[in-house]
Amino acid sequence: MATVQSQPEMTEGGPPPLAQGTPERRILRSLAADRGAALGASYILLIVLMAALAPLLVKVSGWGPYEFDQSAVDPDMAGAPLGAWGGAGLDHWFGVEPGSGRDIFARIVYGARVSMLIAISATALTTLLGVVFGLLAGFHGGKVDWAISRVMDLLMGFPALIFMIAILSAIPAGNRAVMLVVVISLFGWPYLARVVRGQTISLAQREFVEAARASGAGGAAIVFKEILPNLRSTIIVLATLAIPGYIGTEAGLSFLGVGVNPPTPSWGQMIASSVSWYSVVPTYFAIPGAFLFLLVLSFTVLGDRLRAVLEPGGAP
Amino acid sequence: MLRFLLARLSGLILILLLVCVCTFAVFFVLSPDPAVQICGKNCTPELIDQIRANLGLDEPLLSQFLSFVGGLFAGRTYGAGDAATHCAAPCLGYSFQSSQPVWEMVTERLPVTVTVAIGAAVLWLLAGVVGGLISALKQGTWWDRGAMLVALSGLSIPNYVFALVLQYVLVVQLEWLPFPQAVGFAADPWQWFANYLMPWTVLAFAYASVYARLTRANVIDTLAENYVRTARAKGLPSHLVVRRHALRPALTPITTIFGMDFAGLLGGALITESVFGLNGVGKLTADAISSNDQPVIMGVTLLAAFFVVAGNVVVDLTYTALDPRVRVKSV
Repeated sequence: MATVQSQPEMTEGGPPPLAQGTPERRILRSLAADRGAALGASYILLIVLMAALAPLLVKVSGWGPYEFDQSAVDPDMAGAPLGAWGGAGLDHWFGVEPGSGRDIFARIVYGARVSMLIAISATALTTLLGVVFGLLAGFHGGKVDWAISRVMDLLMGFPALIFMIAILSAIPAGNRAVMLVVVISLFGWPYLARVVRGQTISLAQREFVEAARASGAGGAAIVFKEILPNLRSTIIVLATLAIPGYIGTEAGLSFLGVGVNPPTPSWGQMIASSVSWYSVVPTYFAIPGAFLFLLVLSFTVLGDRLRAVLEPGGAP
Repeated sequence: MLRFLLARLSGLILILLLVCVCTFAVFFVLSPDPAVQICGKNCTPELIDQIRANLGLDEPLLSQFLSFVGGLFAGRTYGAGDAATHCAAPCLGYSFQSSQPVWEMVTERLPVTVTVAIGAAVLWLLAGVVGGLISALKQGTWWDRGAMLVALSGLSIPNYVFALVLQYVLVVQLEWLPFPQAVGFAADPWQWFANYLMPWTVLAFAYASVYARLTRANVIDTLAENYVRTARAKGLPSHLVVRRHALRPALTPITTIFGMDFAGLLGGALITESVFGLNGVGKLTADAISSNDQPVIMGVTLLAAFFVVAGNVVVDLTYTALDPRVRVKSV
């Protein structure tokens, strides 16, 4: 019964406006009608496909991400790519890396895997932690709330980036991707949990929760059947808006040299190694830079529009 | 008010202590043995033992931690006898790489970081608040759409990418700015200014985007309030309505995030400083990470945490001054 009230604020002033079709349909339709959201979603789909089909694409383009092609670089020019545009052409679609001659297209395609995998896993873990702790704190109140809130204060008071780098550089090498996800989520969940906690507190006092309690529902049933469904749109919006942040964080950490280990390609790492070449081979930083920028932009636009559709009257 | 202040200050010290514990745990428990690292290639077990004794690494973890915290507040002495060196409070230990006191290294670099932070803050406050305000007043026009598009790009472009683009376009292609060189202000003011101009712009672009979006949204919200309608109805000129009634409440949340952002930047703009080769705290951090210089990383982490937490307190105090509602609640 509670799922109907997907917009808690609106029910105060009377019944919510009748929407045509299911809520999901309505949301999808209004997003598709928005040019920015549609463009963003298409680009994200493109990158997801690219990441998923990476081995296939690399077969078509002819060069793998770890193959060195010394014939594409000029040993007399300190390994600068031969030809204009960083050596781009039919052989190497996006050109080659200076020095090693590795194919940039292949590294972009495989880098998309790293980027998407880490950002989406981190978002999933953050959302899980944020929802669980937010619900616990908001629903139980008292000491549980106090303890969780203090932990959140502490984590949010930390200089997160510096601390993430510190942890990642201190821990001896292991599975970097998993560690990145854990470290990003460790500092990310309080932002979601804080919102979930606040909404849980206000939802717990609403009449439908009281009614459920009066009809004998237990704590777990109230949380999962009454409160959680009402938090759905908030969680979707916050998660979508978290993804671009995590993509940026992963790239930034890889840029600083504490992200995924080379030779595994990552966009941030590619940009880091392009720094010393920026004046000679500008395509070397421009290509991964553009892919990264557009991906973050697409998720941000999509998240913005989703919020506008799901939470009218919410924050900008 | 005094009680409020005391409560905040004790909270500050508690959080800093917890940060100390966490940093200590990360660096001295999780990471590989620093003695082996300092010892280098021609190492013998005896030498390692001696280094550990000198650094106090042979003691139990708890007493190591206590002497670290003690060093922060009262200074500490390393080694014994003739080899003893005293490190005055606030002692953050010595760099494994250069053997310099960490406190000295950090304070030497702080002026650069402060310059970066202040210049960027001026730029982003101006661009963000003014841009957002104009957008809100001209809602839906081409200016508004254009400004919001720029702001969206500013949010999405990683600062190192923007830094490289800027450097490529302004320095390499157009040659409007000279290549960055380390000079003092007195030696060559133009070169000095040019060195900082790009880091300021890069940092300011990202922050200004957030501020512009926030200012726009807040001003639009307050302009829809009843008291603004009343002010208009009684015939107050439009610019006065905006200045006296709409802007002040819209800017209160901006002060909060400004305090936090500025405090965060004082801990070092890691990426921007490294990309532009500015010798600030951020570059120090980046260098310490690549050489795994744990005392330095620990020192800058603590410093950054101190700024963030202290910034939090300052923000709360300003908030009480700006927003009377908070004052009432805290009494």
